[in-house]
This record gives sequence, C-alpha cells and structure tokens, in this order.
Amino acid sequence: MKKIYSVLVENRSGVLCKVAGLFSRRCFNIDSLAVGETEDSTVSRMTIVSSGDERTIEQIEKQLNKKIDVIKVKTFDEPSSVSRELMLMKVKYNKNNRKDIMETCDIMHADIVDMSQNMFIIQICDVPERVRLFISMMKGVSIVEMARTGTLALQKCLEAEE
Amino acid sequence: MIGADAIVKCLEAEGVEYVFGYPGVAICPFYNSILESDIRTILIRTEQNAAHAASGLARVSGKVGVCAVTSGPGATNLITGVATAFADSIPLVCITGQVNSELLGSDVFQEADITGAVESFVKYSYLVKDAADIPQIFKEAFHLASTGRKGPVLIDIPIDIQNAPVGKFKYPDEVNMRTYKPTVKGNMAQIKKVIKELAKAKSPLICAGGGVLLSQAEGSLRAFSEKYRIPVVSTMMGIGAMPTEHPMYYGMVGNNGKPFANRAMNESDLLLMVGARVADRAVNQPDLITENKVLVHIDVDPAEIGKNVGPAIPLVGDAKHIFEDIETQEFTCEHEEWIRTLNTYRDTMQPIRRPNPAYVDPAAFITMLSREMDEDAVYVADVGQNQIWSCGYHIVKKGRFLTTGGMGTMGYSIPAAMGAKLADRNRQVVAVCGDGSFQMSMMELATMRQFDVPVKIIVLKNNYLGMVREYQHYTYKDNYSVVDLSGSPDLEKLSAAFGIRFMRQTNMAGAEETIKAFLEKDESVLLECLIDPMDLVK
Repeated sequence: MKKIYSVLVENRSGVLCKVAGLFSRRCFNIDSLAVGETEDSTVSRMTIVSSGDERTIEQIEKQLNKKIDVIKVKTFDEPSSVSRELMLMKVKYNKNNRKDIMETCDIMHADIVDMSQNMFIIQICDVPERVRLFISMMKGVSIVEMARTGTLALQKCLEAEE
Repeated sequence: MIGADAIVKCLEAEGVEYVFGYPGVAICPFYNSILESDIRTILIRTEQNAAHAASGLARVSGKVGVCAVTSGPGATNLITGVATAFADSIPLVCITGQVNSELLGSDVFQEADITGAVESFVKYSYLVKDAADIPQIFKEAFHLASTGRKGPVLIDIPIDIQNAPVGKFKYPDEVNMRTYKPTVKGNMAQIKKVIKELAKAKSPLICAGGGVLLSQAEGSLRAFSEKYRIPVVSTMMGIGAMPTEHPMYYGMVGNNGKPFANRAMNESDLLLMVGARVADRAVNQPDLITENKVLVHIDVDPAEIGKNVGPAIPLVGDAKHIFEDIETQEFTCEHEEWIRTLNTYRDTMQPIRRPNPAYVDPAAFITMLSREMDEDAVYVADVGQNQIWSCGYHIVKKGRFLTTGGMGTMGYSIPAAMGAKLADRNRQVVAVCGDGSFQMSMMELATMRQFDVPVKIIVLKNNYLGMVREYQHYTYKDNYSVVDLSGSPDLEKLSAAFGIRFMRQTNMAGAEETIKAFLEKDESVLLECLIDPMDLVK
C-alpha cells in the first residue's frame, strides 16, 4: 500500500537526518522525500511517500509523531491528494531526433528551458505517474543527467475539511 | 556568570542532588562551576557506569538521573548506558562536553558527533550553540526525560559555550513545546469499552510492565486487582509492581518466566497489558495473546500499541491515571473459578530444580536472602543466569527490584545499586551479579569506597559466562565457545585491594548465618557464592 505522509517539522538543523534515520532504522521504505520551508519560516514540510502493509503504515505515522521535532503528521493516499513532481532532464539531441523530442515535450506539456548546440534541458512538472511516463517516452534519447524533486503533495481541499 | 554556571543553576533549580561523571577538558568549565554548588559529584570509574548509576538513582528516587562526561571518548563510552536507559525507559539527563563550537566538524582531538551517535536511543538531544539558550534547553530536557514515556535526553555543550558570558539567569517556570504534549489521561470512551469487557470476562488477567512502576501506579494496580479480584502477572521490568507473595500475583511471564504465569496468559479471555511493550522475551508469540481473547493494550507511548501485536482495545495513557479512571466506574465482575484454576496451576506447576549439594543453590539462596533482607530493600539484578534466578526466586515485599530487562546490559547492577543507595541512604541495597557481569564493573568498588556508598554485592561464581554457556549447551550440544572465565581474579584479594569486606559461601551449609552476617551492618561487603558451573536456569 502506498501512502503519502505530509509531515510538519521544526525548521532546525538535524531534523531531516532524524526523520530519515527513523525510516532506515525501522526498515520502513522511502519512495521519495521532499523538504521545504512553509509559510511559517520556523516550520518545514516533509512530503514522504512510503509503502508497506497496514501495520507498517500505522507504525510510520506513530513513530513520526513520537519524534519531538515533528509538529503534525497527515497521512493520505494519492487519490485524495493533489500531488506533483518536478523533473529536470538534460538530453543530447541531433538533427534526426530534435523534432521528435520537441513533439514529445509538447504532448506531455514539458518545457525546454535551456539549450545549446546539441543539448536541451527539459522541465516537466506533473503528477508522478506522468513524470514516469515522460521518462519512459525519452528512453530512446540519450539522457545526460536528470534530477527529480520527489513527490510534493497536499491533501485535497474537501478531504481536509471533512 | 558563564554558561557553565548557568548549567549548574539549572540543575539546582531541578533539585538535582548528585551528578555522576568523569571530567575531561571539554567539560571542565562545568566541573569548575559545580564546586560552588551543594550538588555532589561522584567520580565514576568509567563513563558507561555514570549512566547506570544515574539510572539506579532515578528508579529509586523517581527523579531524573544526571550524568556529565567529557567529549569524544567520554561521550562515546556513555553510549551503552544511554541506550540501556532508553530501552528501559529511565529518565536521564546526560551532559556531554564538546570541542570548541568553531572547530565542530573538523575532527579535532576528542571530537565525536555524540548527538548523531545517540539519535536512535535518546528521547531527544540538544547541541547547545548559544549560552543564552541553556535555561530553556535544560528546562525542556528535564521535562522530556520525566514525562510521557520516560527516557534519556542528551545535551552536548561545546567548551566555548560553557565559558561564554551569560546575562541574568532566569529558569523558565514552564515548558511549552508545540510538538510535545504526551497523553497521560486515557480516553473515557475507550475506558468504558474496557469496563464492558471486564464485566463480561470469565478469566481476566493483568500483565504489568515497567510502565506501572514508572508511573508509580503500584498502589493503584494493587487496589484495582484486589477490588475486582483480577489476577496479575508481570514482565521482567514489571517485577515488584505487585508484592511477589501477594495472593493475586502469579509471577513473571516469558520464555524465562514461570510456566503457570504463561499458562495464565494463554488461557485468559481478557488480557490487560499495562505499560508493557510486548517484546520478544515476554511474549514469544504475539499471536497467542490475541487468539481467543480480548487484548487491551494500555501504554503512555502510542507507538508501542500495535507495534508488535494488534490489540482489540488500544488505550493511550499512563497506568496510574487509567487505573484511577477505571476505579471511578461502577461495575462488577465475577470469576472466582478462574482464580481457583490459577491457584491450582501455581501449586502444581512450580519448576522443579535439582541442585547440586556441593555448591550454593542460587535459587534457594536468593529466596533465603530475600527473607532476610529489609522489607523495603532494593535488589539489583545484573544480566545473565543471575538475572533469571533473581527474577524467579527473589521475593519483593515493599522494596524494589531493578534490572535492565529491556537492553540486558551486563555490568548494570553495581553502578545502578550505587545510584539506588545514594537516592535513599536509609535503604538496604543489594546487587546480585555473576562473575562475568561483576568483572564488567568491578572498577566501581573504588567509587563505592571513595564516596562511602555501602552497597552489598553478591557474586554468583561459576567460572563461566553462564547464560551463553547454557545457550551453547542447548543449541550447540555443549560445544562451548569463548565462555570460559578462568583467569578471573581472586575475589578475596581483590576485595582486600579495594578495602571491602569479603565473605565466601561454598555450599548451602550455614547459608542463613552467612546472609545474616552479610546484611548485618550498613557497609559494603562482597559475598562470593560458588555455584555449579553446569547449573541451568531451565
């Protein structure tokens, strides 16, 4: 079962290490982890995607809550959230595939944000599923390097109100 | 005033009486400032024992134990003691000196990332970066250590911060941490569910863990058990929550526990686990405690509930509050037949030992010792066969039984006994260890002498690491590997070297007289009991 943990933590040094350490120590999976400051500069939000059986999922939430630096934990799944992932991908192009790449970018709503004589940097921001799809569409192209943020997610407005 | 003075003021504000530790340059400003205070410092002989001594003090006084050591190796030596306190949920505040904050991260002499190293076995840790934060940090640290699920908190303080000038000292009156508000009072709806089940139950049972003692709920547990006639068993950490000879107490559970206690667990139809973690040594097969029964798990730490076994009724709160709240509800429950059954089990399922008459029988000896000990005495068991015999045969009356059931750290008993004695000098304190565990902390005999801490020590000597030998006996068919302790010191000469009275008992003849003489005066005595090297705990 896949779950998204949206974790508000004190914005202090060492907190990321404590939370990540908790996952490795207790053998919980981390599929992705993204951290950033919130509207309150003393608070950061960690968005952690993890998977496991029901007991593991419950334990993750409880163990996170037990950490003194953790302010609040929200657990939800992908359908009840708005989730996005940002990816930057540097690819080599040539005469033959340049058009194809641009076309794929067009279809997938990806942007070419930088270029040189033989390279593009492509940016895509979409649901994780479509980011994965984009990567698979680019399999035939020579990828030089890429970077992904991991999933960012917020619970949908209506679900949070319930 | 400098940072170090502020630390001492914080400890004074918390009512700390003793600091166990070992100085080094990085903690010297603190040890210089503490000279101005009435707080007594105890120079322990190795840092690990500072944490154990603080643990013994904490468990007997109900206060937070404090230790202070230097940076680098001082701090890393402390780690096992901190981990032990964490596993056993004992409240400690551990202060470590640290190298100059500007040098942090550059691997200078005696630098160790101690907050990083202890992360997985402290409740929380601080690296102080500004001397002005000292009062706030100490206030929080003592609060964290002593509330909710108790445990150790570590404060790492660079030497320049200890030496930094601070303005007027003001200790905060209260703590307000937005991230930490432990639930101690149980949810009433859940409590009502428990009562409904109790009223229905034909064979209810309480399994008391260390949490009962940590929340000082022994009285409430006993009253509850007596009022509703609910039998009680305990985990190792819960020993002493009920007097051993109380008619409603049926012994320790687990793979080293009493067979009738385990049978009671298996046959109960309603099991209240109170302040117990359901760890492997107490509950070998977690499924067994949910099969054909309703499991109620009461713990102040929500993460313990459902970690090893899924209860039917989870109830977050501390044992004391919950017993008090249950008592306010009127209900009746009838199960005299269950008690009669358990009494039959207790009468007929006593483990039979066949002691070798050429040696001291540790089981009989420990029982004899408990009969002679003061009613409120503190008994500290070490780790190994001595611990299992102690759990099985020591009789707790109104006293305390201390051991490390969570971490199982050898060498715990002597330093913990010292801490216990300092917590209450009027109480008799006896440490029982094996010849293996004794040698892990025998250097503390010097501390006992230096600071006049009259602890009584019994060494059950069999020239083996008995518990491992027993395991190798069963698992490797007597292929013993690295368990022979020959070459151990002559304990009589050793005692003389430390200036401590020595006694020896070689078999059961005259054991009672020996015990009387051993306990007679409030002085340190080391009593060596020769036990059969081939003896087994089961």
